Amino acid sequence: MIEVENLSKIYQMGGQQVAALAGVDFKIEKGEFVAIMGPSGSGKSTLMNLIGCLDLPSSGTYRLEGLDIQDLKPNQLAEVRNRRIGFVFQSFNLLPRATALENTELPLLYGRVPKSTEIALQALERVGLAHRAKHKPTELSGGERQRVAIARALVNSPAIILADEPTGNLDSATGKEIMDLFQELNEEAVTLILVTHEQEVAQQARRIMQMKDGKIIADTSNGAGSC
Amino acid sequence: MLIWDLFKMALRSLVTHKLRTFLTALGIIIGVASVISMISIGEGARRQTLSTISKFGTNIITVKPGQQKSRHVTTGKVDTLTLDDADFIEENISLITGVAAQVYRSAQLKFENKNTNTTVRGTGASYARLANFEMDRGRYFNKEEIRSAKRICVLGSTVLKNLFEGRNPLGKTIKVDGKNFLVIGTTVPKGALSWFDPDDQIFIPVTTAQKRVFGMDHVQSIDVQADQIDDLEIIKEDISRILRQKHNIAEGKEDDFYVQNSSQWLNSWGDAAKTFTYLLGGIAAISLMVGGIGIMNIMLVSVTERTREIGIRKAIGAKKKEILQQFLIESVLISFLGGGIGILLGIGISRIVSDLGDWETVVSTQSILLAFGFSVAIGVFFGFYPANKAANLNPIEALRYE
Repeated sequence: MIEVENLSKIYQMGGQQVAALAGVDFKIEKGEFVAIMGPSGSGKSTLMNLIGCLDLPSSGTYRLEGLDIQDLKPNQLAEVRNRRIGFVFQSFNLLPRATALENTELPLLYGRVPKSTEIALQALERVGLAHRAKHKPTELSGGERQRVAIARALVNSPAIILADEPTGNLDSATGKEIMDLFQELNEEAVTLILVTHEQEVAQQARRIMQMKDGKIIADTSNGAGSC
Repeated sequence: MLIWDLFKMALRSLVTHKLRTFLTALGIIIGVASVISMISIGEGARRQTLSTISKFGTNIITVKPGQQKSRHVTTGKVDTLTLDDADFIEENISLITGVAAQVYRSAQLKFENKNTNTTVRGTGASYARLANFEMDRGRYFNKEEIRSAKRICVLGSTVLKNLFEGRNPLGKTIKVDGKNFLVIGTTVPKGALSWFDPDDQIFIPVTTAQKRVFGMDHVQSIDVQADQIDDLEIIKEDISRILRQKHNIAEGKEDDFYVQNSSQWLNSWGDAAKTFTYLLGGIAAISLMVGGIGIMNIMLVSVTERTREIGIRKAIGAKKKEILQQFLIESVLISFLGGGIGILLGIGISRIVSDLGDWETVVSTQSILLAFGFSVAIGVFFGFYPANKAANLNPIEALRYE
């Protein structure tokens, strides 16, 4: 499903070239639950932006469901983000003035999907928040906000869900709930890619990729998988 | 994303910041209101002037003695035109429907114990028709009465009011500079201009005026009515030519008379009023421009404030065009709203001006469409730069923005 070959990203910084990503190769199959780990500056955010089609690589290839992402135009990238990728952020990134339902519905509106309200409501139900559909983010707890964000990520039935430190802003109990939700989704065959620097969180994944200095230094399958 | 959804989003963002939206729209409100009220005042002034001037007839050519040096300055002898000249024009010029010579002077009128000072105008028989005077009571004098220099008069409505206070004056005798005149008619009021009341005068046969009242044998002007307004120039040339012959003016010498027509007057007045309207409209347009800059300013602030929102939208698949449209719709909505309120305010202002200032104002559909179209165009024009800035944000940086 995801095929990455010799992918690199080089930034110009004050006349100097900095390789945030220095040629990585890996494959991720459908239904996998992968954690990408590494200290800050290791290139995991850069990799996440590339996988999430928010950015284009300097060289190398990235194939998502057979589509060569590196050749796409900005509008095509926006379409790929809309249809095939769901984002979950550390700081939730919900629209503050829109209700939970409207936030969840937003990707469907940009994708011009009919019956968007019904589908969005189903997604909220799936994360256990159907009863809070008419509430605005400010009226929801942190855990609830992250559930809305997950519902929004799910709503377009994407190929992958990318989660960037999804528990970073939550207390440990709520964080565990969110991780349980991810486990459930993974059991329903949703492909998950998790970026984190917390060992505990990463341990919940079935596969862990360790990054350092823009390279993958370890790629191990995690037998335990679930908690 | 459908336009309707974008529209709802833009509307929500405007409603969330009600005060800001109103203050931003205020520039456009003031601009549109001033465009509409200024143009309505200017246009009202123009129409009022034109309609009063055209009451005196637009197809009239006036021949006067002397030479006209500029529009308001006349020099030369004042006694070069006579009744003979008027008859000569009537007999020798084609394409005309009437000639009326005039003499006029201010005089004292008296009836019983009432006195008034007014203009006494000695005219030919066709003057009433030429000057658009309609008869209210009685009749105007005819050619026979002019030939015999009868002491009869026709009263303007202001004079009628001053001397008779609404009583029937027909058959009564009034004194003009001490001489008895029989009243044979009154005219329908024309309405006063600010500088001149055409109803404050009486009309007597031109011959009577020359011989019995003023003691002169020249005339002060000869009015010639053209059948077609298009023929005015030809008739003017013909009059000049035959009068030069009649007055034995050698080639190369100046005319001892000059010819002008009221449509020249009308045009120059109309032009002046139009310039006035453009000037007012121009000043108002500048304020509309300032309103547009206000929109741009606030939209730029709004884009910066909502950088993160833009990042989120882009991450979940909003295309550049959709971000651009969202912000453009917002700025157009502001100017649309401002335009709408401004139109109502502008109409209100021009109503108030016409009520309080006793000044006709004309709110034309044209000026409303102009102001409204202009304000929406300003929304698009000044909204484009901020919207484009939003659309071109890098989603990664926008998401990181605090």
